[in-house]
Amino acid sequence: MDYFLTEEQQMIVDISRQITDEKIIPQRAELDEKEEFATEILKDIAQADLFGLYIPEEYGGFGGSCFEVVLALEQFGRGCVAVATSFAASALGAYPILLSGSEEMKQKYMPDVASGKKRAAFALTEANAGSDASGIQTTAVLDGDEWVLNGTKQWITNAGEAQIYSVVAITDKSKGARGASMFVVEDTDPGFSFGPKEKKMGIRASATCELIFKDCRIPKDRLIGRQGLGFITVMKTLDLSRPGIAILGVGLGQAALDEAVTYAKQRVQFGKPIISFQAIQHMLADMAIEVEASRALVYAAAKHIAAHPKDMSKASSMCKVFATDMAMKVTTDAVQVLGGYGYMREYPVEKMMRDAKILQIYEGTNQIQRNVVGQELNKEYTK
Amino acid sequence: MNIIVCVKQVPDAKDVRLDPKTNTMAREGVESIMNPFDRHAVEEAVRLKEQHGGTVTVISMGPPQAEAVLRDAVACGADEAVLVSDRAFAGADTWATTYTLGKAINKTGSYDLILCGKQAIDGDTAQVGPGLAKRLNIPYVSYVRKITGFENNVLTLHRLMDDGYDEIELPLPGLLTVVKEINVPRVPSLKGKMKAKSLSIKTLNAADIDANPDSIGLPGSTTQVVKVFAPEFKGERAMLEGTVDEQVEQLVNKLQPYL
Repeated sequence: MDYFLTEEQQMIVDISRQITDEKIIPQRAELDEKEEFATEILKDIAQADLFGLYIPEEYGGFGGSCFEVVLALEQFGRGCVAVATSFAASALGAYPILLSGSEEMKQKYMPDVASGKKRAAFALTEANAGSDASGIQTTAVLDGDEWVLNGTKQWITNAGEAQIYSVVAITDKSKGARGASMFVVEDTDPGFSFGPKEKKMGIRASATCELIFKDCRIPKDRLIGRQGLGFITVMKTLDLSRPGIAILGVGLGQAALDEAVTYAKQRVQFGKPIISFQAIQHMLADMAIEVEASRALVYAAAKHIAAHPKDMSKASSMCKVFATDMAMKVTTDAVQVLGGYGYMREYPVEKMMRDAKILQIYEGTNQIQRNVVGQELNKEYTK
Repeated sequence: MNIIVCVKQVPDAKDVRLDPKTNTMAREGVESIMNPFDRHAVEEAVRLKEQHGGTVTVISMGPPQAEAVLRDAVACGADEAVLVSDRAFAGADTWATTYTLGKAINKTGSYDLILCGKQAIDGDTAQVGPGLAKRLNIPYVSYVRKITGFENNVLTLHRLMDDGYDEIELPLPGLLTVVKEINVPRVPSLKGKMKAKSLSIKTLNAADIDANPDSIGLPGSTTQVVKVFAPEFKGERAMLEGTVDEQVEQLVNKLQPYL
């Protein structure tokens, strides 16, 4: 379907598609097998100016919105969700600085993120705090001109591969969620280290580790915004970033559909290509319908979010749930269409199915997203 | 280092069809792309510019729609683009093409280096690079797979051979034709694409380059295609020994029967 993109938006799609076809797809199976971070591909993406799509021009970016990021991520997601996640996580780590950071902080960090010279990461989750952010145990205490951080963050994407970390820590335990603040920690800061690389079911080429803070001392001006603003910054960041996860579902679903249709046209059983059987045709039709419906919803949500920064949550959560549940179903169906071949690592669909699962979990589980939609409905109908 | 890169628009090899009546390539309705070897030449030029400074100018002889490959090259880092286009150039073989490109390059200004792909995937002659060097009276090295250095205006190179490579020094100005092993071409950048979109492309016609009408296009072409075939590689070789004079004599004796 034609979504009437502008000429510039079409350029973003074309460049991202070329990177996906020429760089990502030929390497994805090996990167997955070796659980290797895609450093070279991310350099290609940086060289193509795509790391700065959402960053204002005054900080060296393209000056686009989350919709432009969505267009790039759709292509990358079609190639490999692990590579796409490494790219997207840098935006997730940069959004808190863009949303709540001081002018000096933006000047200091954004140009390097926009050029892809440095990568960012976002650190919220802990062993006892994920969906429930009030369980955060990492603390930050002001000592003279320095903040001292202690605690451990878990399952942090781009850990060890990023240079700039946006970290949530409690600065006032008595205030609950309002006692959380965000800080910029740099990879070279004293007292900051990484745990071993996690072994994952899917997105194996993305880096996931613990962040360990042991009396990690950082300058006072690394506080993002004000004290106690952390939780609000987190919520706004995730509202902005979730369409990016949703569109990974669309790109991934499209890739699975492409593989399934191509295979169904070639595979002959009972003397006919299996696409001629209605049982297969209906599966493929449902897959195509769901992919397109998801794409339309994510595009609409991303445009809404770009235009209405104070009304992001519902659209953001809706598209994340819909498109990522779709991706799980469509990739599972693609494996079914390919049958025994689909289950083999020689074909790309089993990886797609493994990769799909994380989309329903990270950046807020789909159950939490439904909570958000429900709460927003409750508010709307109380007005 | 000011570099000129010659690029050609060719039909995409993915959908090449032969016209069943004429046995020639059907070009209508086939998507056009930049000759894949030329993409490597553009990439190498941009890398040299990034290392040593200077400018990269891409030049193409072709119909007006060949502008598309020039814009692709600009999107990948070239600075300027020149289209050499005239109805009178139509039907040119490699003899007429090298004449035309040579004339156009002389009009374009000074250069240190000219880069070409080793051959185009439609004609497969591999003659335009070397022929152009002869027209411009500059030295050339073909099948370059690596540039290893640049000092005192001399490039050091590896030339790909069937059984290894030669190390060669080339004083500039000179011309290289490159093989795909030389680099991995970059994907266009967003800023590059935006620049390419708005760049005005200089167009030169037959009059602009002071071309002799008898030397261009079909009238200037002497090639007759008798048969198209892939030459068989015969692995025979002999090493000549002795002084240079003795070797030359042996070589002449070996070649004599074929003259």
